[in-house]
Amino acid sequence: MKITVEEVAHVAQLARLEITEEEMRLYTDQLNAILEYAARLDSLDTSGIQPTAHVLPLKNVFREDIKKTCLPLDEVLANAPRAEGGMFRVPPVLETEEASQ
Amino acid sequence: MSKYETVIGLEVHVELATESKIFCSCPTAFGAGPNTHVCPVCLGFPGTLPVLNKRAVEYALRAALALNCHISSFAKFDRKNYFYPDLPKAYQISQYDLPLATGGYLEIQTAGVTRRIGITRVHLEEDAGKLVHAPSGEYSLADYNRTGVPLIEIVSEPDIRSPEEARAYLEKLKSILQYTGVSDVKMEEGSLRCDANISIMPAGSTRFGARAEIKNLNSFKAVQRGLEYEVKRQAQLLDAGGKVVQETRRWDEDKGETYTMRSKEEAHDYRYFPDPDLVPVMVDETWVAAIRQSLPELPDARRHRYIYELGLPPYDAGVITASRAMADFFEAVLAEYPDAKTVSNWVMGEITRYLNASNMEITQSGLSPAALAELLKLQADGTISGTIAKTVFEEMLATGHRAADIVKEKGLVQISHEPVIASLVDQAIAANPATVSDYRSGKEKALGFLVGQVMKLSGGKANPELVNRLLREKLQ
Repeated sequence: MKITVEEVAHVAQLARLEITEEEMRLYTDQLNAILEYAARLDSLDTSGIQPTAHVLPLKNVFREDIKKTCLPLDEVLANAPRAEGGMFRVPPVLETEEASQ
Repeated sequence: MSKYETVIGLEVHVELATESKIFCSCPTAFGAGPNTHVCPVCLGFPGTLPVLNKRAVEYALRAALALNCHISSFAKFDRKNYFYPDLPKAYQISQYDLPLATGGYLEIQTAGVTRRIGITRVHLEEDAGKLVHAPSGEYSLADYNRTGVPLIEIVSEPDIRSPEEARAYLEKLKSILQYTGVSDVKMEEGSLRCDANISIMPAGSTRFGARAEIKNLNSFKAVQRGLEYEVKRQAQLLDAGGKVVQETRRWDEDKGETYTMRSKEEAHDYRYFPDPDLVPVMVDETWVAAIRQSLPELPDARRHRYIYELGLPPYDAGVITASRAMADFFEAVLAEYPDAKTVSNWVMGEITRYLNASNMEITQSGLSPAALAELLKLQADGTISGTIAKTVFEEMLATGHRAADIVKEKGLVQISHEPVIASLVDQAIAANPATVSDYRSGKEKALGFLVGQVMKLSGGKANPELVNRLLREKLQ
């Protein structure tokens, strides 16, 4: 077993997903099948290979610091279920959680 | 003072002053209408790809080098996952295990002692959007203009030992970043933000206590006050036989206290992983050398030069070099009027007073270095007295006129003609017999009062040295 029911419950909670006990068992089985399949890669000998952070042989892809035209406001809000004063209206969030990134 | 020792580490976020955002071409300018500086990339639409802004990397490198950091030869971006509507993608692009720079320091001066505070890392990331909460509590509103504005996060080592040092660290950090020109570093506009980790431990211990992370420290004063409150709170807990719990607390400026936001159990699990949309950044030595070359003289070097080459007191040198604009102004005046102490007195006295009162920066004041130098020359050659110089200075700021013109217009030329002053001295003596006899009976201080009277009679224009001499002669 690669993943336990408890871990699935934890990830579901982090992803704000509400799932039943039954779904939790189902997803645990399905995720295990996927993870076990992927675990076949573990059989490869990688002892002589540098870990990689990226699969493409690319580095330093930049754009110049030039500002361009933005999306018109009506298009920005076109898919918003609700909007008000040019802003996306979302379910209430607690002030205490406000990120300070 | 205390049986406890305080341990503080600061996390500072600084918005970089680029034209466009970090991963798209939307402008970064502050104050636009809601959601007018957004595009499919910063809104996190499916199928879009971020492309890194080269200047953001350069600015981050500038800041890192100015903070004496080691630049990593290999850096990458990671996704920090969390659900909160200030991030439309549900993750923030940041750097996790391979940041742009590590292992730097800066030096602070408190109470005449210099201490080195370590800097763990400097990394690049994107800013989040802004949320407005409906007063009814029924909903929130999201504005994504700020989403994707480039930030650097600067993390200090837990080397700071008091709230006062925390403030000094922040002020020095602000000063260094301002010199490098990578940010306008304004706490009040949110381009510099600070979170603090703070714990206390028995004096002499080497094991840190449980720490609290303090958020919402929105000004230099708030940083110091918030941390002072926290030191007291934790000490009281320990004194009462209690324990400090590891948690996130929020500073309430109005109440002057911190309160619990979330405990360790609810701490975020960000599930960082490498962002497959962004390729690694590899900075070679040539690039580092070019940026190092382009750095200006930094505050510490400048302060040192003012003390050892210009002979300024360390305090003056520290105050003037804290702001690059102020130090540039000081040196421009000095180029035309090479008396460092006099110029320093004016910069730290009249000019600072004026700027504080009008809440302006020197560059906004309209005062040119040449105009101040002209005023100082008029004082030095005896055309005007020191008192009158201050009057002329105020007039210069109010009208924008040149010092020489104001002196001429208002008839403020110093009176150095001996017979005129002698007659004013006689008047003052005649009008103040009691003070005169005090002086004659040995009260040296009484002379100051009489000098003041003569200056008053002359409308501030009498040459003070002459007044002093004539008074002494006549009172003998």
